[in-house]
Amino acid sequence: MESIIETYKKIKSIQFGLLSPDVIRKMSVAIISTPDTYDEDGWPIDGGLMDRRLGTIEPSQKCATCGNRMGECPGHFGHIELARPVIHVGFAKIIHQLLRATCRRCGRILLTQEEISNYKRIINEYSKRWPELLNDLYTKILSKCLKTKECPHCNEVQYKVKLEKPTTYYEETKEGVIRLSPIEIRARLERIPDEDLTLLGIDPKNSRPEWMVLTVLPVPPIAVRPSITLESGVRSEDDLTHKLVDIVRINERLKENIDAGAPQLIIEDLWELLQYHVNTYFDNEVSGIPPARHRSGRPLRTLTQRLKGKEGRFRSNLSGKRVDFSARTVISPDPNISINEVGVPEKIAKILTVPERVTPWNIEELRKLVLNGPFKHPGANYIIRPDGRRIDLRYPKDLSTIANNLAPGYIVERHIRDGDIVIFNRQPSLHRMSIMAHKVKVLPYKTFRLNLCVCPPYNADFDGDEMNLHVPQSEEARAEAAILMLVQEQILSPRYGGPIMGALQDYITGAYMLTRKETLLSKEEVCKLLYAAGYDGPLPPPIIREPKEMWSGKQIVSIFLPPDLNFEKKANICNKCDECKKEKCPYDAYVVIRKGKLISGVFDKKIIGAGQPESLLHEIIKKYGSEAAKKFMDQVFKLFLAYIDMHGFTIKMDDQSIPIETREVIKGVLKKTEEDTKEIIRAYKEGELQRLPGRTLEETFEMKMMEVLSNARDTAGKIAAEYLGLDNSAVIMAKTGARGNILNLTQMAAVIGQQSVRGERITRGYNNRTLPHFKWGDIGAAAKGFVYSSYKTGLNPLEFFFHSMGGREGLVDTAVRTSQSGYMQRRLMNALQDLKVEYDGTVRNASGKIIQFIYGEDGVHPAKSYHGKAIDVDKIIKEVLMEEG
Amino acid sequence: MFGDMEMSKKFSIFDHVLVPQHILLSKKEAEEVLKQLGVKPHQLPYIRVSDPAARALGAKRGDIIKIIRKSPTAGTTIVYRYVVPG
Repeated sequence: MESIIETYKKIKSIQFGLLSPDVIRKMSVAIISTPDTYDEDGWPIDGGLMDRRLGTIEPSQKCATCGNRMGECPGHFGHIELARPVIHVGFAKIIHQLLRATCRRCGRILLTQEEISNYKRIINEYSKRWPELLNDLYTKILSKCLKTKECPHCNEVQYKVKLEKPTTYYEETKEGVIRLSPIEIRARLERIPDEDLTLLGIDPKNSRPEWMVLTVLPVPPIAVRPSITLESGVRSEDDLTHKLVDIVRINERLKENIDAGAPQLIIEDLWELLQYHVNTYFDNEVSGIPPARHRSGRPLRTLTQRLKGKEGRFRSNLSGKRVDFSARTVISPDPNISINEVGVPEKIAKILTVPERVTPWNIEELRKLVLNGPFKHPGANYIIRPDGRRIDLRYPKDLSTIANNLAPGYIVERHIRDGDIVIFNRQPSLHRMSIMAHKVKVLPYKTFRLNLCVCPPYNADFDGDEMNLHVPQSEEARAEAAILMLVQEQILSPRYGGPIMGALQDYITGAYMLTRKETLLSKEEVCKLLYAAGYDGPLPPPIIREPKEMWSGKQIVSIFLPPDLNFEKKANICNKCDECKKEKCPYDAYVVIRKGKLISGVFDKKIIGAGQPESLLHEIIKKYGSEAAKKFMDQVFKLFLAYIDMHGFTIKMDDQSIPIETREVIKGVLKKTEEDTKEIIRAYKEGELQRLPGRTLEETFEMKMMEVLSNARDTAGKIAAEYLGLDNSAVIMAKTGARGNILNLTQMAAVIGQQSVRGERITRGYNNRTLPHFKWGDIGAAAKGFVYSSYKTGLNPLEFFFHSMGGREGLVDTAVRTSQSGYMQRRLMNALQDLKVEYDGTVRNASGKIIQFIYGEDGVHPAKSYHGKAIDVDKIIKEVLMEEG
Repeated sequence: MFGDMEMSKKFSIFDHVLVPQHILLSKKEAEEVLKQLGVKPHQLPYIRVSDPAARALGAKRGDIIKIIRKSPTAGTTIVYRYVVPG
C-alpha cells in the first residue's frame, strides 16, 4: 500500500438525458414477468422481482450475475416489457408543450422557415456569450409556437390539446373532444425532427421526446429496495417492491386480455390502471390522483418521495451525513480549564483515535502507547501495517511483540490525549463561531467540559444541552483547525468587530467586588488570589503600610495589565449624571487605566463582559493579539472567581424587602394611579377625552391608560430603588450587568405592572370582559391585566391568570421565531455559501462572476474594523497626543 | 426614439435622487476596465438593454456601463455592468 499514488480526477462536465428503450433492454440482466417474489421454500423466483440475477442482500450469498458478495456487487437492473406504452408522469408537462408546439401531421415546429433560421442564429450567439439567458429565450420561442394556429410547412390546422392531470390528453377536434392514447402521442413525438428540437431547448442526441413515453420500464436492483426481516421472522418488502408487484400484475393481466381478444373497454380500463400504477411508482404525491396506500393506510414512499424534502436523499444523506470519529454528550461548566480547551471524558477518549505515522522521532512513545493497549488510556486501538492490514489490539494476548515490530511506515491509531486538536460544535450552527477548534483535556466522568466564557458564541447553557465533537484525522486537517479555527482566533465577531466572548455572571460580580475602592486585602489573601490566577512573579508594594500591609483590589488587577496599556471607558454602574466627573466620579464608575495601572473605576459588564465592543477585552485583543487575550481571560478571570469564592456572595429574601414606610409610599402612589385611571375612564365615557392627532378615541384611551400605568410602575420602582443600596446583592448584580436588571428588582420589591398580549392590555376572555369576576364593559386597570402586587407579596388569582397569559405569549413567540429565523438563515446560507473574497479584493461566486467589486464596497474586514468604521480617528489623535507627552 | 424622451428637457431619469450616475464607456475604455479587473465581460453584473437607464444612454448589447453611486460604507463606489439583450 505504500505506493498508492492517489490520482484526483476533475469532473469536466455532466450531461443529463433520457433512457431510451434500447439502452434499458441492453443494460437489463433479467426480464421481470411474475408478480410473485418468493416461492414456498423461501427462495426467490426466477423472473420474479427478487430474482437472484438482480443482486443479493444476504451477506453470504453470491450474486448470480457478477459473482460478488453483498459488499462488492453493485446491483443490476432488470426490465419489464409493458404491454402498452405508458406516459412518464414526470414529463407530462413537457409532452404537453411539445404536442402544442409541433404540427399534428408532419411533426415540424410551428414557425416559418425564416423564423427558424433567425432563432438558430440567436441561440448560437447566446450560448457563446451569455448562456444564462438561454432559458428565457426558449420560453419565448415556445410561447411564439403556441400561438400559431396553422402549420407553416404543411398547412394543417392545429387543434387545442388539453392536459388533464396528471397524464390524460384531450384534443379538441372538429368531431369533438377525443382522448389521445399514448401510442398516438408517441407516434407524433417520433415525427419531430432533430433540428426543431434544438430550438425548443431539448438536446436530441441524449433525450429524444418519444422516450418520454415508456415502452420498457427498468426495474431497480434489490439493493435499492431491500426487504427487512422483522423479529417475528416475517419478511417485509420495501414500498418500491410492493409498487412493482402491482405494476407487473396489471401488466400481465393486460397482456392476457389483449392476447385473448377482450373488448376495447376492458383493455382501456386495464391500461388506465397500468398508467395509474406507473404514475404512483414514480411519484406518489402527484396531484389529481389518490395516493397509493399500504394495507395499514399510510401512503407509500416511492421514488420522488425518497429524493425530496428534509428527510430525502439530498438534504438528509448527501448535504449532511453521519460521520465517523465523532462524539456527543451533555456539557457541564468548568472554570478551571483554559478557554480553548475542552474537557473530554476518558470513556470517549478511549474510543476516538488519531492516526499517527511512525517516524524515528516518535517510535519510542508510540511503542509505549501500543503496550498500554486499547483499555488503558493513553493507548492505541489499531495498528496498520505498510501492506495495509489492520491489527485490532483488542485480541492479541501479547502486545509486546507487536510493539517491538513497529517501524517507520506503520500507522498507529492512538487514543486522543491532552493537547490534540478537536472540533467542537453546538447545533443550531448559525454562525461560524458555533464550530470552533479546541485542545483536548482528558478528564474523568462522563460530560464534555467547557469554559464558561466560551458559552455565548455557542449559545450554550448547562440545562441539559448536548454538543458534538469531531476529530480531524490528517495532519493538514489538524493544522488548519489549529490555525484558523482555534477559539482565541474567533474571539472577534465578524458581525460588529467586537469580542463575542468575555466574562459572564459570577465573573462580573467578582470583578466588581474586587475592584471596588473599599476592597483591601492582606498579604495572605493576596497570595491566595495570585496563586489561583497562576501568577509567579514579585508582589507590588502595598498601598497601605500601617498598621498592617494591605493591598487594594485595583493593584492586584493591575499586575495582569500590560505595562503600555491605556484605556478609558464608563462602566455599567454609571448613573448617567448630567455632568460626568470622569476620574473623580463619586460612584467609581469611570475606568481609567494608564500605563498598565488601574487608577480609577470598577470592572463590570461594559469593561470585561461578552459582546461589548470598545471594552478592555477588545482593546487587549486588538493591541496584543489573540494569545494575550486568551491568557488574560484565563488568568484574570480565575482571579475574579477566586476573590468571590473568598469573599462569598449570596442573595436572600431580605434583598427584596422594603421597609413599611416605603411600602406605604408605594401604596399611595398606586392609589393615586387608580384614581387617575378612573378619571380617564370617566372622561372617555362622557366624551370629554381629547383625541390625539391621527388616532381614534379608543386608541387614545388605551394609550393614555398604558402611559399612566407604566408611569406608576416606574415611580414605584424608583421609590424602592432609593431604599435598595449597593450593599444589596440583587442590586449589585443588576447594576454591574452580571444578571438581571432594575426591572426585575422593581417587580420583586414594588409592583409587577401591566401584562400585555400582542402589545395591548389583556382583552380576550369572556364576552365584553376578561374574566367573569368583572362586570360587563369593565375597562379599568385591574380588569385589563394590571397587577398591583409584587412577587414578594404574591399575586391574587385574577392577577395570576393574567400574568400567565402574558408569560405564555412569550414562550409561544420564542418557538415560532426560531423556526422562522431558521428558514431565513437556510435560504441566506444556500445563496451565499460559495461567495469568496478573491486575491484582488473582489467578491466572486464559484463561476468567477463578480458580485461586489470591492468587499463591502470599502474593503474593510468587519472583525478588524472599529465598530463598523474603517479607522477610529479619535483614538489615533489620542495616542499621538499621549506619545508627545 | 425612447432615448430622446428620457434625455429631453422635460424629464431625465438621471435627475431623480434614487438613480445614480450612469456612464457609457467607449470600446477602448471598456477594454481597459476588463483588463484591469481581469474579467471576461460575461463575468460582470448584467444590465438589460431594455433597462430605462441603459435605454437613456443608448447602450447596445456588449457595451459596458460605469455606475457611480453613494455607499453607506465607502462614501462613493464604482461598479460596472455588462449590457445584455432582453
